[in-house]
Amino acid sequence: MSGHSTYQPQNKFLQWLEKRLPIGGLIHSSFVAYPTPRNLNYLWTFGGILAFMLGVQIITGIVLAMHYTPHVDLAFRSVEGIMRDVNYGWLLRYLHANGASMFFLAVYIHMFRGIYYGSYKEPREVLWILGVIIYLLMMATGFMGYVLVWGQMSFWAATVITNLFSAIPGVGDAIVTWLWGGYAVGNPTLNRFYSLHYLLPFAIAGVVVLHIWALHVVGQNNPTGIEPKSDKDTVAFTPYATVKDGFFMAVFCIVYAWFVFYIPNFLGHADNYIPANPAVTPAEIVPEWYYLPFYAILRSIPDKLMGVIALFASIIVLAFLPWLDTSRVRSARYRPLFKQFFWLWVIACIGLGWLGSKQPEGIYVILSRIFTVYYFAFFLIVMPLLGIFEKTKPVPNSISDSVLGAKA
Amino acid sequence: MTTVSSAEHTRRDFLYIATGAVGAVGAAAALVPLIAQMNPDASTIAAGAPIEVDLAPIADGQIIKVFWRSKPIYIFHRTKKEIDEAQKVNVATLPDPEPDSARVKQGHDQWLVIIGICTHLGCIPLAHQGEYDGWFCPCHGSVYDTSGRIRKGPAPRNLAVPPYKFVSDTKIQIG
Repeated sequence: MSGHSTYQPQNKFLQWLEKRLPIGGLIHSSFVAYPTPRNLNYLWTFGGILAFMLGVQIITGIVLAMHYTPHVDLAFRSVEGIMRDVNYGWLLRYLHANGASMFFLAVYIHMFRGIYYGSYKEPREVLWILGVIIYLLMMATGFMGYVLVWGQMSFWAATVITNLFSAIPGVGDAIVTWLWGGYAVGNPTLNRFYSLHYLLPFAIAGVVVLHIWALHVVGQNNPTGIEPKSDKDTVAFTPYATVKDGFFMAVFCIVYAWFVFYIPNFLGHADNYIPANPAVTPAEIVPEWYYLPFYAILRSIPDKLMGVIALFASIIVLAFLPWLDTSRVRSARYRPLFKQFFWLWVIACIGLGWLGSKQPEGIYVILSRIFTVYYFAFFLIVMPLLGIFEKTKPVPNSISDSVLGAKA
Repeated sequence: MTTVSSAEHTRRDFLYIATGAVGAVGAAAALVPLIAQMNPDASTIAAGAPIEVDLAPIADGQIIKVFWRSKPIYIFHRTKKEIDEAQKVNVATLPDPEPDSARVKQGHDQWLVIIGICTHLGCIPLAHQGEYDGWFCPCHGSVYDTSGRIRKGPAPRNLAVPPYKFVSDTKIQIG
């Protein structure tokens, strides 16, 4: 992929710099001349969108941190102060809160793309696992950020999620006390969540650098799942991918702006506008929408410890995909059975999300259990077996054949 | 990226320039709230609203200190002797020439209202100290007179007079 350097700066200063710190050449080879499969569709723009959203969250977060007070008596009020008094504070807060939702929307589309097209398969295993790590860091960051508001949902979500660790036999309670820094969620908890919420996005940024590095070593996957065989199969990243990314980033920002300016509280919960009250638990405790599927999985298992294990397993299982899927064919485009199981799995994910918002009773519990079983079965049974038994469609000879030759 | 070798501008050139221009406007617009948020917010501005101070309890010769917009303000009820000292000075000989009349309100000579921040490097000068019966700044030795004017020491300017007015003979509004 890399090798011949086509970077020849005309500017004298750039030539001087290149000899000392070849950052110009690095940017050029990674984002200008970089050979990109010519058949990438818009699902491939979400990597860039995610990097952009990480930047947005960090910038709005740093600016919000100038006005926020991480103390139980002052936190809620400082957030209202941002909304009412700080110049453009309402905008910055809504950008940050809705930005988190958009960040997760983009990451789910990005992950679904990876599963559909087999982007986790050899030689992209490390790339995929780095992605799972980024996702876990995002979940931790999002959770802690929500607690900082110190509304009713903030406080009780913190209580519920930290209490999960008490399921661990033996050391569970000690771990929970250690996490809390006290006998319950309180000021020490809020303070340390603030510190970690500020820290983790930079950890995410670091892992993203590794993620992009790992990507550039093996090259992008593409909708056919066939590696580029010649220069005919690829185009230069700039201007083709750059402009495609930029265009869809703008479309994405329109959706983002729709939420921020017209329905900024739609994805939130009204109870989080009530200051935290440790003496009163709200009628329903629900996490933000992006955690709902996992919440449904947790609650569908009747045993406390097994529920917690299922919750973590539902994310950790992703890391094993490269080895669970035994198929030689990468892309679902040529795997008719896998395609159907995949879409059923997407329905299960969305179904679990919806069920996560419901009270855990009656039909909702039954459906949650069915979907949870299917969720795990897709990874642990369908993927290993399909590779052996599925009759795949013939795979085109090359990318350019599929694009320029007969329409695949 | 291949370049078109003709001198004529292509549609692509137009699109690049137009996109770049819109992008630049967008970037500038995005910067506005990020920079504006650091300016004082509405609650800070509200806390800086004018304050009223009742002068009746201040005895002859007494100096009190109040805060307005987080700045210390000295209110000096000057005796006849202190007013004379302030007025009978050759203004041209002062380091920062200013007549006492420019620093008090007409008809209210006995009241001096000044901001208690040394004009050198910002310490609070101590009242009723120094050889000119005014203020003495312990940080670097600036000495101010009974009109709050700099007489000796490194401070370049007289102590500042805040905006204020008399709402009655015994009450002022600062700010």
